[in-house]
Amino acid sequence: MINFALDDEQKLIRETVIGFARDEIRPHAREADEKCTVPASLLRRGWELGLVQSMIPEEYGGFGTEHSALTGAVVAEELAYGDLAIATHLLAPRLLTVPLVELGSTELKSRLLPAFCGDTFEPGSAAVVEPRFDFDPSAPATTLRREGDDYVVSGAKCFVPLGSQAKQLLVLAGLTNGDGSVRPQAIVVARDTPGLRVGAREQNMGVKALETTTLDLDACRVPRDQVLAVGDRAAMARLANLWRVGLSAMAVGVARAAYDYAREYAKERRAFGQAIGQKQAIAFMLAEMAMEVDAMRLLVWEAAWKLDRHEDATREAYLAKRYTADVTLRIADNALQVLGGHGYIRDHLVELFLRNARGFATLEGLAIA
Amino acid sequence: MVDFELSPDIAAQREQLHMLAENAMRPIAREYDEREHEKPWDFINMMWQLSKASDIGPGKEGKQAGKQKPVDSNRNLRTVIAVEELSWGDAGLYLSIPGPGLGGAAVQAVGTPEQKERFLSRFKGDKPVWSAMAITEPGAGSDSAAIQATAVRDGDHWVLNGTKIFCTSGLMAGDPKNSNGFIVVWATVDRSAGRAGIKSFIVDAGTPGMTVAKCEDKLGIRASDTATLIFEDCRIPFDNILGSPEVPKTSEGFKGVMATFDATRPIVAASALGVGRAALDFVREELKKQGVEIRYGAAPRKLTAIERDFMDMETQLQAARLLTWRAAWMMDNGQKNNLEASMAKAKAGLVVTQVTQKAVEMLGPLGYSRQLLVEKWMRDAKINDIFEGTQQINMMIIARRILGYTSKELS
Repeated sequence: MINFALDDEQKLIRETVIGFARDEIRPHAREADEKCTVPASLLRRGWELGLVQSMIPEEYGGFGTEHSALTGAVVAEELAYGDLAIATHLLAPRLLTVPLVELGSTELKSRLLPAFCGDTFEPGSAAVVEPRFDFDPSAPATTLRREGDDYVVSGAKCFVPLGSQAKQLLVLAGLTNGDGSVRPQAIVVARDTPGLRVGAREQNMGVKALETTTLDLDACRVPRDQVLAVGDRAAMARLANLWRVGLSAMAVGVARAAYDYAREYAKERRAFGQAIGQKQAIAFMLAEMAMEVDAMRLLVWEAAWKLDRHEDATREAYLAKRYTADVTLRIADNALQVLGGHGYIRDHLVELFLRNARGFATLEGLAIA
Repeated sequence: MVDFELSPDIAAQREQLHMLAENAMRPIAREYDEREHEKPWDFINMMWQLSKASDIGPGKEGKQAGKQKPVDSNRNLRTVIAVEELSWGDAGLYLSIPGPGLGGAAVQAVGTPEQKERFLSRFKGDKPVWSAMAITEPGAGSDSAAIQATAVRDGDHWVLNGTKIFCTSGLMAGDPKNSNGFIVVWATVDRSAGRAGIKSFIVDAGTPGMTVAKCEDKLGIRASDTATLIFEDCRIPFDNILGSPEVPKTSEGFKGVMATFDATRPIVAASALGVGRAALDFVREELKKQGVEIRYGAAPRKLTAIERDFMDMETQLQAARLLTWRAAWMMDNGQKNNLEASMAKAKAGLVVTQVTQKAVEMLGPLGYSRQLLVEKWMRDAKINDIFEGTQQINMMIIARRILGYTSKELS
């Protein structure tokens, strides 16, 4: 039965996150970007919202709320509306906890999850992207091979959020099949595993407040139960789709931030005796932004809804990711254009939105729904 | 609770209509494109019988009003799903299907219970009935406040004078030889009042003083007539005014008239989607025959240009579809959807224009040839970017809504 309304619980969560993004994240967005760091006070406040702990089962110390990709998408959009870098930082632990809850063994979960249910922000991460122009998440170049009872992981990763802080990371590697084909596999790797080396902090054009690093894995030996859902293609496809939906939802948030900023500016800024918003050239750009923000959100919600029904959402999530990456960039670019010269100045946030928007086409696995 | 699954009854209806579109519309689509101004009477009569015999088809609203059945709480959603399927079959034939259409939608949206009974109940009879909407004039399109047609009160009557053009199904609804239909006509009761003076009136087919002057030759949707109607001292009963006869100080009354579009724009968007999907489905099949697979999930840099084009078309159509469903769903749930209806219409009109043009390109010489329907879909698609408000008019409405401007402040 078609329905476009969030349920009451989702509405409540959304209201809470909207307030947090508006009152606490957004005022810190510029400073966090300039200083390349997320203030500790924000991490503390963000942690109190329980965005990480909520879906961890009660037996491991969490709140035991059932995981919902749709709720995840709603939260990701609203936080990213505040600021993309701060949002990705706050939600980074979920990159580890969501796959763990869904796919981890009881033993692994009881070993790792309680750390994410404490009073303070616990970093977690995923190492998905590889430093190569033709990186393919469905066939990663990082290798995974069986050795006795263990697995051995080797390869290079980049754009690993909180790479130097996370004690445990989810690593995407390729397991070679008998026929030589490669299939993706997610492995939980502890940062202190011999052979694992966290590289220098990366210098990125956007999401500057988020620490990202490279990661080298030189024959890291990993116990068998840290390889999640071995051989389960559907589980790995679902994981990739949860990443896509998470990032797409954040793209919607960034697009909406840029649109709102440009719209408010267009109502204030006057030229030739009237507000520039009263001129069709500007008004039509804003109308397109409004329409596309809604269109993007609906595509993201549809993919998330399919994931929540545990159906294969590859087509929906993949298409939503492509679309949101393209359209968000265009919206951010047009938003900057609305501000004209002022948009190019760092007094305004739109140049930051544009830098952040540029990343969506490139990035994978930086967020999870 | 967010849900993208159609209810079982709507899904079943869609299935039935899809078969009908495939078996009864596709086989004659080319014929009635080539033979413009000839009416597909077999198809028309079949659709009329079908809509009377079952719950499918566009006659449903009229039947419900007549039978005083409980209102279908999914009426708008059901309609957009149905219209997409029928337009997948053929957009011109879909527009020629008898039933309440746009005139009926206006009565449904702003008519009194008495008017609904009087005009919508006639869609139950044995012979097909059409209704149509006459707004556009030679000198007034989307600027409907510039309408020159006049309605002057004369005792228990209104006297209408003026010329209306581009009236979809005007021939079928307005000529008593074709049906016992009616035309909803926009005219001003007080030109000095501007928009506030614009009212809509119901004119029965065959009313003396109303003539169907000609039907246009068009780029596409040729199975559907687009008529010019001339009103010369055309007298209609006083009760045939839709809404209040008072001219308000503000343009509130005009807003009431404009509310019709909130219901009809998602329907036009849905028709657009049907044409676009026809092209997309065809391209998908052709690619499959050529051994081209669309690899969802592949690394973006490994996609071919064909795959990228196809995925873009598919995503754009789905985006437009979700906007359309949302606009219809909001109306079903009693929410104001003026902004969302314009979003759906603007997006769908633009998207299908692009998707069908791309489909012609992707199929090479085959796409350009009249052997296939693809070139026809491209011609049919374009109307959706124009009628019920051009893309630009809808963007203007969106812009005014989001910026909080009146039509004076942003024009």
